[in-house]
Amino acid sequence: MSLKTIRPATGFKEYLPKEYQDLIDDGPFLRQRKVSELGSFKEAIEEHPMCAGCAMTLFIRLVFVALPSLEHTVICGTAGCGRLAITQGAVPFVYGNYGDTNAVATGLKRGLDIRFKDQPKDVVVMAGDGGLADIGFHAVMHSWFRKEKFTTIMLDNEVYGNTGGQDSGMTQKGMVMKMAPTGKKFEKMDMLGLAKTAGVAYTARISTTNPTRIANTIRKAVLIAREVGPTFIQAYTSCNIEYAIPTPKVIDDARDVEKDRYGFAEYFSDEAQSYWDESEKERKRLRKAAKKIK
Amino acid sequence: MSQDVKEKMESKAKPEDAKTGAAAQRVVDPDYLILEAPRKKEFITGSEAAKESVRRANVDIAIAYPITPQSETMQQVGYLYAEGYIKDYYRGEEEIGVMSAVAGASRAGVRVLTATAGPGLMRGLEQIVSWPGGRLPSMLLVMCRVVNAPLAIQPDNIEISYLLNSGGIVLHGENQQDFYDYPLIGFMVGEKPEVTLPVAVAVDGFFVTHARGWVSMPAEDIKLPPRDCYHEAVPMMDNENPPIRISRDSPIQKSNFISYQMHAAWQQEIWAAQERAKKWLNRWLGGLIEVVNPGAKTMIVASGAAVSQGREAVRQATEKGLDVGLIKIKSIRPFPTEELTEALEHAEKIVIPEFNYVGWLAKEVKAAIDRTDRIIAGPRVFGGMTMPTELILETISASE
Repeated sequence: MSLKTIRPATGFKEYLPKEYQDLIDDGPFLRQRKVSELGSFKEAIEEHPMCAGCAMTLFIRLVFVALPSLEHTVICGTAGCGRLAITQGAVPFVYGNYGDTNAVATGLKRGLDIRFKDQPKDVVVMAGDGGLADIGFHAVMHSWFRKEKFTTIMLDNEVYGNTGGQDSGMTQKGMVMKMAPTGKKFEKMDMLGLAKTAGVAYTARISTTNPTRIANTIRKAVLIAREVGPTFIQAYTSCNIEYAIPTPKVIDDARDVEKDRYGFAEYFSDEAQSYWDESEKERKRLRKAAKKIK
Repeated sequence: MSQDVKEKMESKAKPEDAKTGAAAQRVVDPDYLILEAPRKKEFITGSEAAKESVRRANVDIAIAYPITPQSETMQQVGYLYAEGYIKDYYRGEEEIGVMSAVAGASRAGVRVLTATAGPGLMRGLEQIVSWPGGRLPSMLLVMCRVVNAPLAIQPDNIEISYLLNSGGIVLHGENQQDFYDYPLIGFMVGEKPEVTLPVAVAVDGFFVTHARGWVSMPAEDIKLPPRDCYHEAVPMMDNENPPIRISRDSPIQKSNFISYQMHAAWQQEIWAAQERAKKWLNRWLGGLIEVVNPGAKTMIVASGAAVSQGREAVRQATEKGLDVGLIKIKSIRPFPTEELTEALEHAEKIVIPEFNYVGWLAKEVKAAIDRTDRIIAGPRVFGGMTMPTELILETISASE
């Protein structure tokens, strides 16, 4: 008996679960799917145990559409609501210890770079505001200072949702939460400002309102991380349970918060900007060339 | 003509092919490197012995963080990186970050090394005790020192007691020689498919790390085979096999009997893997225990630096005409329960000297053997004290 890791053989495909076959034939692997194609292909994530109307789940679903190289991506997360959905995606997911995401991702990315010299492997951290700004803060900051080449996505619902509604560092000042009985005493942490200070190559603040923009932002962040340095996306993904947002009003809330204090904002370092401009030029050139051939 | 002279002459004969340092290393069978290769003796510190071990261990990435008394070792490992013996090396932010990154690197399928001591081990403990559950082969060198508070940097091996229930393999080296041999053995054992566990190699700080001793080692131009991560108990997190859903951690997302059973089975499997490690430890360590003067009525049982003191106590006792023997416990996890039971069958008195207050080794031995009234759980020194052999001899004679 071989002790090698089991690999499904092509010849046995028809005996594998229908879901597996669909992912191979009509999934998001080896091709960049677009948001406009949603509903017409087999998504990496379909079933999940999240609450009805959860904005975070919509955001995670869009991340799985947007990732530029799903077949070479590994996601790191930590405790929180998000991981309940992320684990259902057809992408390896590392659920480590509390708040260890960016340290695990550091070791993972460096290890993969040693083993796969000619094949870029994308490591993406996707975790909540508590996981990244509170318990995982030191690891997040140091991964940025060290210029580790992976993307950090904060699912910012401004609350510890999974443990039942405690305030995090990302909760707004004055909010009455389960561990802020008289209102939170200090301002929402400025993680985007800290990211710039730490030398992050690309940051974006985004709300769950415009799916195409979300997909483009994710893709940009992952590609820049691959070539330039750390990238950070801070996404408003409301908790409709703890903030008592009626389910049909979740997207309205996302729009209101976007307008009020969470408007879309991008920042490029000089190096990231010139890399992105060059690669955009190259993509345009390739599109033109392809048209000519047609 | 000695081997090295012959090799030198050969390299002179073909200067265009002459490679030096890391580039000259070739992979050899672990049996050859660990057991058979001709060795030469050098008088070096424990830190230097660890460096020489790492040089031959084919390590992919080493992650360092300073804490006395291990800093020097990881600095030395850094020099190996600069010389090309290791592919990646960095100083982490602190131990939680370092131990987490070790987990990440192990999941990526590379051979990973770190080292720590006392308070550093305590800081990284949440991560360290999660490695066996993640089935993450890796090497943790532990240079034991006092655990705070009060703050001290002196030798004391109480920290090993915190590793005993982690599920990882724990070896306790006696001297500089062990600190050369055990990491090489540990890498090979931990990466066996039927084991797939992290290994900690502990030594008593300062006594071993900073003092010199004779260490016999093979030539620098051989190294262990690289980690073969597709021959292990769990899949790698490298996404070389899409589409696949792997969440290697936390399958316990629900409260139901299936999830309880999964976690229970997973825990049982980790400890079963420890049992399966014994075969390989026996092969390369030459047994989980070493017995000096078997059959003596009084047996000293010790691990780590206490073994060296025990050896000297046996010598002095023998000079006085006393019938005293010694058992060195090399592997703390897996614990040599059967071996101890057999080797202590005849003993009328068992003395267990330790470099810590709580007497964790005495508790282990008590739980392993029968007729525990034979055990004298001491002497013990702690907080940085040394252990004069007289203390051991007095303990033996005081109970006469």
